Amino acid sequence: MQLSDLIIDDRHQARFKVHRSAFVSDEILALERERVFSKCWLYLGHSSELKKPGDFISRRVGGRPLLYTRGKDNALHALYNTCPHRGALVCRERSGNRRAFTCGYHAWTFDDCGRFLGMPGREALPPEATEDGKLDLVEVERMEEFRGFVFVCFDRNAMPLRDYLAGAAEYLEYVADQGRDGMEIVTGTQDYCVNANWKLLQENSADGYHGVPTHSTYFDYIRSRDNSNFGGMNAKGWVKNLGNGHAVSESIGLLPWGRPYARWAPGWGEEAKAEVETLNREIMQRLGPERGNVVANGDRNLLIFPNLVVNDVMATTIRTFYPVRPDHMEVSAWCIAPTGESESSRDRRLRNFVEFLGPAGFATPDDVEMLELCQRGYANAASAPYNDLSRGMLSNAPTKTDELQMRTFWRRWHQLVADDAARELTGP
Amino acid sequence: MKLSRSDAEDFLIRETALLDSWKLMEWADLFTEDGEYLVPATDDPEGKAGKSLFLIYDDRHRLGERAKRLLKPTAHSEFPHSRTRHMISNVTTAEGDNGAIPVSCNFVVFRSRMEVTNIYPGHAEYLLVQGGDGLRIRSKKAVLDVDALRPHGKISIIL
Repeated sequence: MQLSDLIIDDRHQARFKVHRSAFVSDEILALERERVFSKCWLYLGHSSELKKPGDFISRRVGGRPLLYTRGKDNALHALYNTCPHRGALVCRERSGNRRAFTCGYHAWTFDDCGRFLGMPGREALPPEATEDGKLDLVEVERMEEFRGFVFVCFDRNAMPLRDYLAGAAEYLEYVADQGRDGMEIVTGTQDYCVNANWKLLQENSADGYHGVPTHSTYFDYIRSRDNSNFGGMNAKGWVKNLGNGHAVSESIGLLPWGRPYARWAPGWGEEAKAEVETLNREIMQRLGPERGNVVANGDRNLLIFPNLVVNDVMATTIRTFYPVRPDHMEVSAWCIAPTGESESSRDRRLRNFVEFLGPAGFATPDDVEMLELCQRGYANAASAPYNDLSRGMLSNAPTKTDELQMRTFWRRWHQLVADDAARELTGP
Repeated sequence: MKLSRSDAEDFLIRETALLDSWKLMEWADLFTEDGEYLVPATDDPEGKAGKSLFLIYDDRHRLGERAKRLLKPTAHSEFPHSRTRHMISNVTTAEGDNGAIPVSCNFVVFRSRMEVTNIYPGHAEYLLVQGGDGLRIRSKKAVLDVDALRPHGKISIIL
């Protein structure tokens, strides 16, 4: 299989096919590590996660163990968590607050900005050995922040983050604008895994077509709780190509669940109604009725290439995932919420989040199941070689139940993996 | 009021036997009207419900709906049903306030499905109340002893 043949993008016959070797091949995963995960901007964390100097989080990004710190200079740092001496992780804790990190192996010590502080028996090395940062922790090549969302890139020559985000920046701003006093990550991470190729989760995360068949039991729950008669398939909304492989599926006000900021649902009860209406008014006043309506009443599944999902739905989740093997990914998901939110609103948000989202919600486990069934099915790839993603190719106004959002991802993926900049990123 | 360890143990054995035999509506019926079922995030086991993002934060209505959902063939992650086995041990009871009796235990739950077996170890904290028709659960919190749901991927069963 030639790399150029992995995708059939036939615009005349409205046919879009992805060859299943993309999900099972070790060679393709190796190319992805080199051409996608080592070249693209990847989500590291949110600035709110490190509140004061010395705060740190150790986190794997793109398969690489990183140390994300707020240094004594009060700036954010992204460091490779590996000792310049023999390579051991210098930090084994998941998070905390430290002035210094000491490697357990030979006790080399580094400050919270990654600078070398000391080692036992310093005199055995020449004085210049530690000059000019030569024995500092290595800094990640690039780190940039957009409205609190912090990204890293392992390619020193990458374009600036803001340019990379292209049209997706506007959609991150709809999240950043929810809280009058900014946004913060709530404690508690949903760390799980899926025995499936990582790209299947990017596809799934903005796939409106699977909503009703895969998640009928979730809609049963909403109907039972709210005495509603939501039919599901009328919430078509729209999808957009946001450039650089990013896409969004969106609708305003059509979906049956409540949004903590700020669309009330009957299941929350009358006592919640007054508070949600007050929050809604505050957003409308601050942002104006048009933008306020988008922020408060819009439901969005935002895909940022290659592996960041921001689902701004019954709660707002940030989700990222990495391949460990072609058939296995690790997933981490967080809840982002307005800073200073009232206790009652925060409680409503957290209840709402897990009614659908997360590995024990009423929906995500069934997504995991479906992705794993796809992966099992790819054992037949030699005889049944293609996935079909052609829905809506003839439409001028593709909806959430079409597949433009996946085609947008795959076109960018193909451009990078086949190393062919001439490939069209736009298209039906 | 206090409960003897053997009475508490008998109750937990009955509760988990319902789960392992997929009598999930009967399991939900063990809860009081204000009952709740909680599972904190694996990286914040001490977190408080409503302040920390949990994996499961069910009020009485939702835990009943959880049971009902898992019995449907459209709950894909549990169709066909997995086989589960709950092991409980190290049961303790304490003196409670307001008629609610704290009971705790260690647990291991084995879940097998599609030729894969996953293990969920942890401890559970209960608040039990004595009603006219026997003991009921006001609160069950299952705290997992794993760093992440890896390799499990999900908690589609009831712990």
